[in-house]
Amino acid sequence: MMNLPLLLAAEINWHTVFFYLVAFAACGFALAMVVSNNVVRMAFFLVISLAATSGLIFLTGAHFVGAMQLMIYVGGTVVLLIFGVMLTAQQAFISMKTKAGDWILALIVGGSLLALLTQIAFSVPSWRTSDYQARLRAEVTAAEEEIIAAMAADNRTEMTPAEEAKLRPLLAKVKYGQPELTSQVGLGLVGVRADKPELDSPGYVGYLLPFEIVSVHLLVVLVGAAYLARSKRSVPSAAGEGGN
Amino acid sequence: MADYFSTWFPEGWDWLGWLIAALIQAVLLLHVIAVGAVFFIWLERKVAGRIQDRLGPTRTGGKFGWLQTLADGIKLLSKEDLMPKDADPLLFKLAPYISLTSSFAAFMALPFASDWVGVRLNIGLFFIVAVLGLEVFGVILAGYGSGSKWSLFGGMRQAAQVVSYEVPLGICVVVPVMIAGTMDLVTIGDQQSGLFSNWLFFHDPFCMILFWVYFTCGIASVNRAPFDLAEAESELVAGFLTEYSGIRWSLFFMAEYGSMFLVSGLAAILFFGGWNGPIPIFFWVPEDNFTLETLANLVGLANFILKAVIGVLVMMWVRWTLPRLRIDQVITMCLKYCVPIAAFCFLGSLMWTALHIPFLNDLAPMQARADIREGWVQDIDDEMQRLEKRFALQAYELNSAVEGGPQQEAQTSLENDSADRVALSSTHETEESR
Repeated sequence: MMNLPLLLAAEINWHTVFFYLVAFAACGFALAMVVSNNVVRMAFFLVISLAATSGLIFLTGAHFVGAMQLMIYVGGTVVLLIFGVMLTAQQAFISMKTKAGDWILALIVGGSLLALLTQIAFSVPSWRTSDYQARLRAEVTAAEEEIIAAMAADNRTEMTPAEEAKLRPLLAKVKYGQPELTSQVGLGLVGVRADKPELDSPGYVGYLLPFEIVSVHLLVVLVGAAYLARSKRSVPSAAGEGGN
Repeated sequence: MADYFSTWFPEGWDWLGWLIAALIQAVLLLHVIAVGAVFFIWLERKVAGRIQDRLGPTRTGGKFGWLQTLADGIKLLSKEDLMPKDADPLLFKLAPYISLTSSFAAFMALPFASDWVGVRLNIGLFFIVAVLGLEVFGVILAGYGSGSKWSLFGGMRQAAQVVSYEVPLGICVVVPVMIAGTMDLVTIGDQQSGLFSNWLFFHDPFCMILFWVYFTCGIASVNRAPFDLAEAESELVAGFLTEYSGIRWSLFFMAEYGSMFLVSGLAAILFFGGWNGPIPIFFWVPEDNFTLETLANLVGLANFILKAVIGVLVMMWVRWTLPRLRIDQVITMCLKYCVPIAAFCFLGSLMWTALHIPFLNDLAPMQARADIREGWVQDIDDEMQRLEKRFALQAYELNSAVEGGPQQEAQTSLENDSADRVALSSTHETEESR
C-alpha cells in the first residue's frame, strides 16, 4: 500500500540528499547575507554560509580541509569580524544602505565570477551526475577486471606491487573516501605528489614556499594597515586640535 | 552497526538499517548531553553544599534530593519566555541553539570506547577543537542580540577569554598527537592500552605538567569558575545570560555541562588512556567473539565515563573553592603562565620522544604503537588479501578455460569466489547508502 514512497526512498542516494541540503543552506544564507541590511546579521549569515561550506567539504571526504575551514574561517576570522562589527557598529552605522553604483559594480564583479565558476563547474564531467559511488564502484570493477586479465595473460597468481598500489587507494576511497588525504596534503606542500607518482620531476618544488610567501605578505599587509590606522589618529593630536 | 542492521532487511532496503543505526547513535549522543546535564546539575548543588558546609538539596525527592533537577526543569519550562524590547529577535532566539548545536556536534567525533564512536574521523581531535571554538559564537550573538550593555560586556569578555585560551589549549593538545603520531582519537586511546603506566600522562614528566595546563585551559574554555568573569554576578548580573529566561537559559546551561563533559572526556582520552582501565583485564579477549568484545567495550565505556565524570567533579570542586579572577589576572594567567609552560613542555616532550628516553611506560614499544596506529588501514589490508585470493583463482580459471578442462579445484574455488563477491557487493551497498 505504502510501497511507492518507500520504493522511491530506497532509490535515494543519501549522500546526494545531504549534499543538496547543505548546498542549499550555503547558497541561501549567502543570499540572505547579501540582501540583509543589518551589519551584525550579515556577519551571522556569513558564518552559517561558511559553516555549510565546510559541511560540503566534509561530504567530499576531505575532513582535514573541512575542519580547517571551520577553525580558520568560522572560528577565527568571523569571530574577529563580529568583534569588529560589534565594536564599531553604533546606531548610525548598524544598517547599511547600498548605493546604486555599488549595486552595479557588485553585479558586474559577482556576475562575471559566477559565469566563470558555472562554466568550470559544468565542465567537470562527474559533477553532472550524482552517482559518485556508482562511478567509483565501476572504476574499482574495471581495475579488478584489468588486473585479472593481466594475471591470466602472464599466468601468475600474485599481483605485482604496481597493481596493488593502484588498487589500494581505490578501495580506500570506496570505503572511507580517501583516508590518507591529510598526509597527502602535507606531502604535497613539501613537493611530493602522493596522488601523482608519475609527476616525479626534479624541478617540482611543492607549494610550501608560495604558501609561506603568501602568509608573510598577509602579515605585512596587516602591519601596514595597523600602521596607517595609527598614524591617521595621531596627526590631529599633534596639530593640537584636541585630546580625544 | 549499520552493517548489522542492514542484514535485517531485504536487498535494496538496507538503507533502512543505516537509518536505524544513525538514529540510535544520534539519540544516544543526545542523551549523553541531556541525562548528563540532569545528573551534573544535581551533583553541582551537592558538591557546592558539601564544600561550603551546607546540606545542598535534601527535600525534593527523598534521599539525596535526587528529584532536584527535575523540579528545576519543570520550573524552567513553566517560566515566561521574555525578550527585551531592544533585542534583535532573530539573533536573540537563535543564539542558545547555536551554543547547544556546537557542543552537540563535537560529541559526534568523541569515542566512548574502542570503535564506539559516532563518526570516526582520522582528524577527530582537530575536529573537536575546531567545533568547540564555535561555541563562543553563540555567546557573542547572545550578548549582542540581547540589546543590553551587561550582556554585551559579558559576551565580549567571554569571547576574549575563550579566543586567548585556545592558544595554550592548542599547544597542549599537540603533544599527545605528536607522541601517538595521529589525530585519530580512537587510535590515540587504543595506543594507551595495557597497564596504567602506558597512559600518556606517564609518558614523560613534561606530559604530567602539560595535563594540568590542559585542564586549566579546558576550564577556561568552557567558562567555568574561576574563569567565569563573563557571567560575574556581582559586576555584570549574569553576563551574556542576563536577558534569557526559561528554556533558552537552560539550553545554554545544557551546552555548558555538555562541554564540561566533552573537555573532561578529551582529557581522559589524551592523557589518561580513555576507555582502558588501569589493568588490562580484557587484553586476552579472543578475536571474533562478539559477546566478549561487547562486554569489553561496555567495561571500557564505564571506564571512560568514570574518568570524564571525575574530571567534571574536579571542575566543580575548583569552582566552589577558588575565588573569581579579575580580567587582567585571566589574561596574565593565559599569556604569562599557560602559554610559556605549555610551550616549554612541548619542547621537553619533543626532546624526550626524539631521544627515546624511557620513563614509566616502557611496556608498549614504539613498534607496537606503530602497529596500532596502522589499524586505520587494517580492513583495507584484509580486503586486499581477499581480492588477491579471488584474482588468483579467477586468473587460474581463465587460463584453464583457455587450455581446456576445468578441474575440481577450480570448481570449489568458484564457489568461494561467489561468496566473496556477495560479501564485497554488500559492503559496497552499505557504502552507497552513505
